Amino acid sequence: MSDIGGVWVYAERRMGSVRPVSLEILGRARGVADGLGARLVAVTVGGGESAVHDLARYGADEVVAVEEPSLQRYDTRLYTDLLEREVRSANPSVLLLGATRDGQDLAGRLAVRLRTGLTAHVTSLEVDPEQRLIGWVPGFGGGIEAGIVCPTHRPAIVTVRPGVFSMPTPGPSASEVRWVRPTLEPSDFGSRQVSFVPKGAGVDLTRSDVLVVGGRGTGGDFDRLQKLAHRLGGEVGATRVATDSGWVDRERMIGQTGVVTHPKVAVILGASGAVQFTVGIEKAGFVIAVNRDPDAPIFDSADLGLVGDLGPIVDRLVEELGES
Amino acid sequence: MQSVVCLKVVPRPEEVRVDLETKTLNRSGVRSVINPADLSALEMALALRDQHGGRVTVLSMGPPSFEPYLRVAIAVGADDAVLLSDREFGGADTLATSYTLSEGVRTVGGVDLVLCGDESSDGGTSQVPQGIAEWLGCSQATYVDRVERTSEGMLRVRRVLEDGTETLELPFPAVVSVLGGTGEPRFIDYDRWAMAQQATVRVIDAATLGADPKYLGLKGSPTVVAGLREVRKPGRRHEVVMLEPEAAAARLAQELRRLGLVTDKGSPAST
Repeated sequence: MSDIGGVWVYAERRMGSVRPVSLEILGRARGVADGLGARLVAVTVGGGESAVHDLARYGADEVVAVEEPSLQRYDTRLYTDLLEREVRSANPSVLLLGATRDGQDLAGRLAVRLRTGLTAHVTSLEVDPEQRLIGWVPGFGGGIEAGIVCPTHRPAIVTVRPGVFSMPTPGPSASEVRWVRPTLEPSDFGSRQVSFVPKGAGVDLTRSDVLVVGGRGTGGDFDRLQKLAHRLGGEVGATRVATDSGWVDRERMIGQTGVVTHPKVAVILGASGAVQFTVGIEKAGFVIAVNRDPDAPIFDSADLGLVGDLGPIVDRLVEELGES
Repeated sequence: MQSVVCLKVVPRPEEVRVDLETKTLNRSGVRSVINPADLSALEMALALRDQHGGRVTVLSMGPPSFEPYLRVAIAVGADDAVLLSDREFGGADTLATSYTLSEGVRTVGGVDLVLCGDESSDGGTSQVPQGIAEWLGCSQATYVDRVERTSEGMLRVRRVLEDGTETLELPFPAVVSVLGGTGEPRFIDYDRWAMAQQATVRVIDAATLGADPKYLGLKGSPTVVAGLREVRKPGRRHEVVMLEPEAAAARLAQELRRLGLVTDKGSPAST
């Protein structure tokens, strides 16, 4: 193993298939690994043959598959222990994880276990001329982003939200596969799962062509947004204020710690336009914003801005468009 | 049950302005609030205390000016408050922050449960609760909207995941991150308000904390800001108009038709 250390991607899966966010990261990590002159390694826990097969087609030089029948369910303690073992023995320079709920649960724990640095929710990755990996994170309040490095500790742990990087095109299988088969005891688990209640289809805002997004200025009245979204054949999204206030499910939160979306059209209603939010709509084809405050920063991110009260405007608009 | 609730004081995001010349944040005159998700965590701790008895201690890290926020938490119902305050703690990333807070939890002593908001509103990393759990070597459960103590003395939590909810049982002591928006934080109890103003907030500096200095603050932080730059925003038309609702709606309808989202026949065209 060279001193450069590999670029590792933790491939999270749901059942037997790798989550899209992990493949998105793998696609971008190929460029990072090439920039660093490093090997690209995907590591999966409990994914089985099918996960390995997926990963091998997305550009990894090597797939490390940790397998044991009872590894199906994510358990903080067990997964942290297993990954710690693999990371310590291979000493990679970078470890990337999808910022899903379980991915963040693991990343935060593992970073402290390894006494290393963690950069959360990057929106871009670069290798600088000094061969350092820079993770760019939107700064506070608006307009600036900070480039974070982890110069003296290994691995630099980085998390990435779904939708930040685009899905790569699969190629032929070209990976070495290394199977790791640990022997587990019941005491290796930190928790017992009493039940799992699937949510059904759920909502995936990254796949929606039209988004109607509400912020503080909606005052919590999302019914009219729902109507408009329905009329336009789109989905409702929200800012952090709206989800923190319990007006809308958290899965509909757009932005740095929510979903990064790329709809054809986004209609943004009553959102001030903090950068943590606007990073989530940057990739939209066309942005319409309605806000009462003519100086609201959201207008800097909009193609068309309307200054006014969103309630009457949206109600009239729904009327104007008629029933679908 | 002895609980600690970690509270972060965050600036109101809409009031922070960035000085693009110096690329620094201008926080002067910016009002702050207790991070909303942390108030959900506080409410959860108070509800558990109502049910099982015990104490709720609020714990924060920051300058002495944070004291009034801890008094607010006492007025809401917390029993006591600890503020970790020292220049040595400054400039901490998630590794150093979680270490410092975990040492604060140790100082409180005999803690069964640490509750945190799942992330902070000021560009939070959502990683500190997990870090605290690791420093303390205890159980963790993140993105939780329900907690209870079972009759067998286990912690039972419901985690909200992307494609469902899982209910887990874990041993105490444990660290739980509470999903923002969970529960309805109770109001300030005005009978407690005067008492809260008189209450002692325990302010603990680095020396008193007795923590390992190499893990504190800037020098205990492996991540470093290498540079700042303006966010590259995509080119937008930036047309801003002020119209009466009727005219505004007509304008929007016209634009949505132009974009092919609606047809005049009145059926969505995009799907």
